[in-house]
Amino acid sequence: MEGEPSPRSGAGFHQGSFPLAVNVDLQTDATLQVDISDALSERDKVKFTVHTKSTLPNFKQNEFSVVRQHEEFIWLHDSFVENEEYAGYIIPPAPPRPDFDASREKLQKLGEGEGSMTKEEFTKMKQELEAEYLAIFKKTVAMHEVFLCRVAAHPVLRKDMNFHVFLEYNQDLSVRGKNKREKMEDFFKNVVKSADGVLVAGVKDVDDFFEHEKTFLLEYHNRVKDASSKSDRMIRSHKNAADDINRIASTLYTLGTQDSTDVCKFFLKVSELFEKTRKIEARVAADEDLKLADLLKYYLRESQAAKDLLYRRGRALVDYENANKALDKARAKNKDVLQAETSQQVCCQKFEKISESAKQELIDFKTRRVAAFRKNLVELAELELKHAKGNLQLLQSCVGVLKGDT
Amino acid sequence: MAASSRRNPPPLPGAENQDPLSEMADEDSDEGEDIFVGNSNPVAEAFQPDTANGEEPADLFSEAETSTAANSYITNSKSNGVHSDNENDLFAEVSVELSMENPSTTAKSSGAEFTPSLTLSATQPESMEQLEEEKDEDSFDMEVAVTNPEKIGDGMNAYMAYKVSTRTTLPMFRNRTFSVWRRFSDFLGLYEKLSVKHSLNGCIIPPPPEKSVVGMTKVKVGKDDSSSADFVERRRAALERYLQRVVCHPSLLQDPDVREFLERDELPRAVGTHTLSGAGFLKMINRASDAVSKMTIKISDSDAWFDNKLQEVESEELQLRKLHAVVDSLVNHRKELCGNTAVFAKSMAMLGNSEDNTALSRALSQLAEVEDKMETLHQEQAASDFFILAELLADYIRLLGAVRGCFEQRMKTWQRWQEAQSTLQKKREVEAKLLWANKPDKLQQAKEEITEWEGKVTQYERDFDRISVTVRKEFLRFEKEKSNDFKSQIVKYLESLLQSQQRHVKFWEAFLPEAKAIA
Repeated sequence: MEGEPSPRSGAGFHQGSFPLAVNVDLQTDATLQVDISDALSERDKVKFTVHTKSTLPNFKQNEFSVVRQHEEFIWLHDSFVENEEYAGYIIPPAPPRPDFDASREKLQKLGEGEGSMTKEEFTKMKQELEAEYLAIFKKTVAMHEVFLCRVAAHPVLRKDMNFHVFLEYNQDLSVRGKNKREKMEDFFKNVVKSADGVLVAGVKDVDDFFEHEKTFLLEYHNRVKDASSKSDRMIRSHKNAADDINRIASTLYTLGTQDSTDVCKFFLKVSELFEKTRKIEARVAADEDLKLADLLKYYLRESQAAKDLLYRRGRALVDYENANKALDKARAKNKDVLQAETSQQVCCQKFEKISESAKQELIDFKTRRVAAFRKNLVELAELELKHAKGNLQLLQSCVGVLKGDT
Repeated sequence: MAASSRRNPPPLPGAENQDPLSEMADEDSDEGEDIFVGNSNPVAEAFQPDTANGEEPADLFSEAETSTAANSYITNSKSNGVHSDNENDLFAEVSVELSMENPSTTAKSSGAEFTPSLTLSATQPESMEQLEEEKDEDSFDMEVAVTNPEKIGDGMNAYMAYKVSTRTTLPMFRNRTFSVWRRFSDFLGLYEKLSVKHSLNGCIIPPPPEKSVVGMTKVKVGKDDSSSADFVERRRAALERYLQRVVCHPSLLQDPDVREFLERDELPRAVGTHTLSGAGFLKMINRASDAVSKMTIKISDSDAWFDNKLQEVESEELQLRKLHAVVDSLVNHRKELCGNTAVFAKSMAMLGNSEDNTALSRALSQLAEVEDKMETLHQEQAASDFFILAELLADYIRLLGAVRGCFEQRMKTWQRWQEAQSTLQKKREVEAKLLWANKPDKLQQAKEEITEWEGKVTQYERDFDRISVTVRKEFLRFEKEKSNDFKSQIVKYLESLLQSQQRHVKFWEAFLPEAKAIA
């Protein structure tokens, strides 16, 4: 069940060596291996190079790559959702849209404020913003990759035709983003769906397993959402504090370079120390972001997908019960009985099919979740320890030097 | 220097006053700090004469004997800033009654409404460290502390009273240890008096902490939250540093007003310190007119030293202001981080509750606990950021202002001299004219005036020279103090960071096995 994330390779401005943070049980299955080997960030969009290695017969080659954009991923995801056949599976959540707006804005502000700071400050801040941009970039690539890997690992979804087209068709899929009207339609569909969802959820399930899962998922989803937003805020504060330490380091440096007295040398040393601790603090915030915040965000989306599955099953159950009632009515009136019978049978089959796969999916979900949390929490703790120890060492040596001097 | 200073008592022949407090030649500042940090001697042990170091005191005093006069603070005797283990304790427990003669009264003084926080005890040690590092001249035996803020009275007429405790072996004081109660306006009054008397000499007079109508009103009204507790603590610490700087200053210490402030039981209420009083307005007007005249004076100084130093001071003040602003921002962000971490911890705990895998659930709860502990760490860190770093910077920004004032005084003196010279010139011209016009009676008057003004010119020139010397001396002394202060405070700050990281490590080390235990 728990596999190692597939090994990465790559070069240049891409995320090649970025380990999969959130998913662990991806089979390193030789029959189909998908990864994003490269990515290019252009002004408005990101172009992902999707690389596939497969021994499956339906592909023309054993190894091939195509370039895809975010909209095409969404198209693929939506096609799964809309496919009735997959109603009984947890559809891997779609990757979030690449969002560089905030980072771009900051870079712009920095450019505007260039006159008001010293050259060193400017270069430093620029480097940092660039690093931030790179980090966001890496994250978005990872999210897209996780999505593809999940699909490739799913025994049923991996066989999907659209998926194969997505992987292989080396021209533009001409999938345009939804226009305004379609977006409005989506919006209304969602409203209806959530209203319906409430109705469906109200129906008590005979099956204890599903009833338990329903209550569990509802609560869990809400709490994950809460935890995710709170963790984001906490990490942002952390970054802000690290930024402040950066500025303190610069100002101390200026103070230190004004003269060559004792106290100025002192300032220079302290400035150096703060520079280093600041880097560590920034790393701490980044690691927390990666291991904790991203984990929570991902499971927010997955738990939503699981809820969607339950909704579909609930819907099917309601349909089945309605079909039963209709059949009884038809039998009573002795009118359209055959029609009612077939309809009832269809509903029954659908419901049972969904129930069967849903159970397995939900169990898998739980296992995956526990494994992912374990991996991430262990890594988080290890990283926090590593950074705290690093910080400690820096401080100890600096304090030692400073005290020795005075 | 924000520390209680220790000075060698003016040469006492034979050095029989073996005050156990004053003698251990301790050149190595490191030692002092170690002693300080590892301290846990109970206060009652304070006055055991340190017979082991019999030899050293003699050395100390032989050096002291080379100093010229009681008032001379230019001597370069080295071995100061020494004290025994015991003394550290004295000031390590701020809440303890300072009359060391009665160990029985070491209980916390009555009515203290404010319990010393982490920072309270932290500031005291610093004074000891300062002591260690001062390789400077004067090392009179003198320590002051400001403690036990108490709210007296009610409503808008309420005020905070602070206990000012002194311990000294200087002969000019009546007792060895004593304490009095003072209120904030008393401190301001002291500053006013010292200002009036000494600023004309070019002394750098340490400025007191600023008034704060908002802060005080909250306290008066009785708002019992952390912000008013913070405010009181901040003020108490600032007042203490202020007093310590005053008694550190060799000529200010000799001032009878300072003595009165420290010793006298009841001080007459300092008028003219209230912001909205007549005196307050007068001060504002004076300050404004000063600012104008400041802009127009420029000394054609043959001695470029003063110009350079003034420029240095100004640029340094600028940098310190910038630094202070950033440190303020850091304090705020840390407080924010603190709040957000607490909220996150709760959220994590909830998530742990709803998780149905038991091991994971437990791990999540543990994580929530770790984050909770982080929150405490962040809070302490923010307090440390503020009380150690931000306040240090604020103090020095004010002090640099005082230094500038000093330089300005010198400029005024110069201006006075120049004006006298030009008046003298005019008088001479008048005399010349009178000689020409041959008016004997007016001539006599003119000659008298010339003599008078010649006198004044000489006087003012002497004044100017004298103030130049004083300012120079004061400035050097200030620089030294500043250097020591910054170094010791920053080291203290770094040490607090260090401790925080150590606890960081501990917390995460405890969590790791829990995370690994998830199955």
